[in-house]
Amino acid sequence: MKKTFPILGILTAILLSYALYMALVWAPTERTMGNVQRIFYYHVPSAWTAFILFFVNFAASIVYLIKRRPAADIVALVSAEVGVVFCTVVLITGPIWARPVWGIWWTWDMRLTSTLVLWLIYVSYLFLRRFSSGGQTPLLAAALAVLGALCVPFVYFSIWFFRTQHPQPVMGGGGSIDPRMLHVLLINWLAFSCFAFLVCWSRYRLERLQRDVDQAHAMESLMDPRGSVR
Amino acid sequence: MSGNPYLFAAYAATWIIHIVYLGTIVSRYSRLKREIEELKKPGVRS
Repeated sequence: MKKTFPILGILTAILLSYALYMALVWAPTERTMGNVQRIFYYHVPSAWTAFILFFVNFAASIVYLIKRRPAADIVALVSAEVGVVFCTVVLITGPIWARPVWGIWWTWDMRLTSTLVLWLIYVSYLFLRRFSSGGQTPLLAAALAVLGALCVPFVYFSIWFFRTQHPQPVMGGGGSIDPRMLHVLLINWLAFSCFAFLVCWSRYRLERLQRDVDQAHAMESLMDPRGSVR
Repeated sequence: MSGNPYLFAAYAATWIIHIVYLGTIVSRYSRLKREIEELKKPGVRS
């Protein structure tokens, strides 16, 4: 088990490097947008990874609400945190791509606005986890996570329901994509998914350790012969 | 429309965000390690 993490880390680093090479060199250059279209290979997989992590957060929150398992609470926290990181990447790379293509950094269109709202919901979830110290915090956070998850399908399908400036989805959107571009996109998604899994794994171990240390501090305070509260 | 600076900016921003986040995990790990060392010391109360 101790060796699994470094081995997976090395494999993921190799996969990420290969995916980067494929995105920058191997993938064909798009006719109208040119090289800037290659942002697609980081922007879209980051969005998909964020959506999956928010779904994991939703599932773990449901498990916590039903069974009150601390492990489910940790999985919910970790997936939300890493999901916010990936969603931040989406919100940063999107405007960088939009500027040369649309001529603007941002527009209050339904897809962009709903993604920003989704990000704000999960950031508030993390603030709740970080700054609320009551015993009910995991329960409140789980309830917020369930509501936040409702926003994910809305973000994804917003480009179907509303007239937006954002392009149609790559998968199931009725548009066509060059098979080589699709190949590179899927490799990048695989690489970012492996990376996200490893980050979640290390963050999970950290959170468990943190809770053990907090418990040890609490026990130490209880056993203090002076009975002092630190 | 070449857009190479934008492409570079987007890829660099992605990795900067991930590296900064990984940095926070590493710093939290080292802080916890120090706390564990403190807890292991017999009779030490901070």
